[in-house]
Amino acid sequence: MAVRGTLDLRIPSDVGQIKPVVDLVVRRCAELSFDRRQLSLNLPVALTEALSNAILRGNREDASKQVRIRAVFSEREVVVEVEDEGAGFDLEACIEDPTTADALEREDGRGLFLMRALMDHVERVDGERNVVRLTLRRAGHAA
Amino acid sequence: MSLQVSKEGDVVVIEIEGQLIVSNRQELKQRVLDEAEGGARKIVVDFARTGYIDSAGLGVLVSLAKRLRELGGDIRLANLNDDLQTLFELTKLDTLFQISDTRERALESF
Repeated sequence: MAVRGTLDLRIPSDVGQIKPVVDLVVRRCAELSFDRRQLSLNLPVALTEALSNAILRGNREDASKQVRIRAVFSEREVVVEVEDEGAGFDLEACIEDPTTADALEREDGRGLFLMRALMDHVERVDGERNVVRLTLRRAGHAA
Repeated sequence: MSLQVSKEGDVVVIEIEGQLIVSNRQELKQRVLDEAEGGARKIVVDFARTGYIDSAGLGVLVSLAKRLRELGGDIRLANLNDDLQTLFELTKLDTLFQISDTRERALESF
């Protein structure tokens, strides 16, 4: 798999920083001719969720903490890792379904669901750091 | 994101330009609550010029719908593009909201 580019940046724990990062990643994927819907829906929404989780839940908007974003772009896929300085959580244990009748009127609880629905793969990276890895394969490139 | 607010009879129409996400959702929430405080009970949110919406943006819409319904009113949605329609279907929020394909139909739905 030929790597066509990488990204490594850090942002403060401020939700106002999310959109510029999302725009940057989407722009890089657009250069690699990702599908229109992947660029307008899957990638921006899922990445916004991951960054939002890192800032609000991981770092609890602590201005002294940062979120690190690393991405590897290839013809076949984009892999984005979002790292925060929080205690981490068990991603696999978070299986709440926000589409049930009971949950439908809740204001929260859709973030992880959307990440999973819109990405090909969402996983927590084992290790000391709290890292969530998102993988989106370019349309037409099967696993 | 910017909000264009207008009135069509007793319906307040709010057009969202740009993304409705975690960093700006409070702006929409406050604007709708201010309108409700001022007596508005019928709200149409027009997404014709909206980009993407994240879970926080969806959550605000859910919260506002609950509030308006408690007050005897409702919030109706219009002009969702294919991406947004998919988002509402994925989350099944298309069952919680009345969604119209044009602003006019959303206005007529009250």
